[in-house]
Amino acid sequence: MLDAVLGSLTRLGNRVTSRVQRLGKASLFLSAILLGSGTAWRRFSLIMRELYYTGVLSLIIILVSGLFVGMVLGLQGYDTLQRYGSSSALGVLVALSLVRELGPVVAALLFASRAGSAITAEIGLMRATEQLSAMEMMAVDPVARVVAPRFWAGVISMPLLASLFSAVGIFGGYLIGVVLIGVDEGSFWSQMQASVDFRIDIVNGVIKSFVFGVIVSWIAVFEGFHAAPSAEGVSAATTRTVVTSALAILAADFVLTAFMFTGA
Amino acid sequence: MKRTTLDLWVGFFVAIGLAALLFLALKVGNLTQGNHGETYALQARFGNIGGLKVRAPIKSAGVVVGRVRDIRFDQESYLAVVTLDVDATYKFPRDTFATINTSGLLGEQYVGFEAGGDDAVLKAGDTIKKTQDAMVLEKLISQFMYNKASEDSSK
Repeated sequence: MLDAVLGSLTRLGNRVTSRVQRLGKASLFLSAILLGSGTAWRRFSLIMRELYYTGVLSLIIILVSGLFVGMVLGLQGYDTLQRYGSSSALGVLVALSLVRELGPVVAALLFASRAGSAITAEIGLMRATEQLSAMEMMAVDPVARVVAPRFWAGVISMPLLASLFSAVGIFGGYLIGVVLIGVDEGSFWSQMQASVDFRIDIVNGVIKSFVFGVIVSWIAVFEGFHAAPSAEGVSAATTRTVVTSALAILAADFVLTAFMFTGA
Repeated sequence: MKRTTLDLWVGFFVAIGLAALLFLALKVGNLTQGNHGETYALQARFGNIGGLKVRAPIKSAGVVVGRVRDIRFDQESYLAVVTLDVDATYKFPRDTFATINTSGLLGEQYVGFEAGGDDAVLKAGDTIKKTQDAMVLEKLISQFMYNKASEDSSK
């Protein structure tokens, strides 16, 4: 009896310490990336190449899902608002929910599964095929040459993708609300402009997406770099990237929202 | 992929990303009509401000002429002290009447200015003397019920 209790306590303690150790390792890795970023910024073509793979190739999925999310918001929002006779507030509803929450969060989730997983798999495979070790043998720092450009490309892409998501989403809401259902176009835009504040809503949305960009890129490169050098290792690391990123994005979103949008 | 094609795509990506941000700032957030203009501060005391909030609009004849900057509670007079930022291009007479109104039945509350006939105008730091409190629905209902009851008993 006592042995069973002690055993489960030990397992719990072991699990907690290994998690904390991993967090510490990830923090050290982040500081190594930041310290090794000099090369990446001096040779900007390295970041440029990664911007293509993380940013440009994510465009289609971001644009299409942004359009659909905005159209669904337009339909559902109209359905609820017209019961209270305030369907003219549709623009406010669509714009605020996209700019404050859905834009940064959904774009970050899509970005994690589209670009984050690709980064992890790529770096993990480099680890498995010992390309990273080969670089070290040639006195090339793999963190500076491989990891830092991918990290910064993710950080730069994320706010741009989230802005695009919000803009396309608002256009989608406009298509459904104004063009299809026939909400008055003037009140759609003017009420939106009266209620959306540049500093409070838009700037905070961009800050959110920047933080999510750091989180997703950090997790993706960390998992890839520390993947077990085997086929199973790479696949497990890729899964962990998507799952951990999603949880971290949603948790960070709650904390950021609590700081940004209360009291005002 | 060739270097120039790659650069072109990245340039395209960054350009439309920034365009989206510009769209959000100008068309959605209406940055152009922000509070760049000069303003001057007035104060007004109300017995009850209802649901008035900071940054609520100040309207005169339905046109937005400023915004509520600050709302405080005065411990001595037990009144709400509202600081109002009024656009410097608009001047109001000294005997302007400040009311707290509601736009629509369930809409947001705003401060309404009704200009008086005084020749002297309000300057920065002045206090508006004549104010009217926010309408509180419960008070109106109880007043109505009270009147109704007294009507019935007098019959």
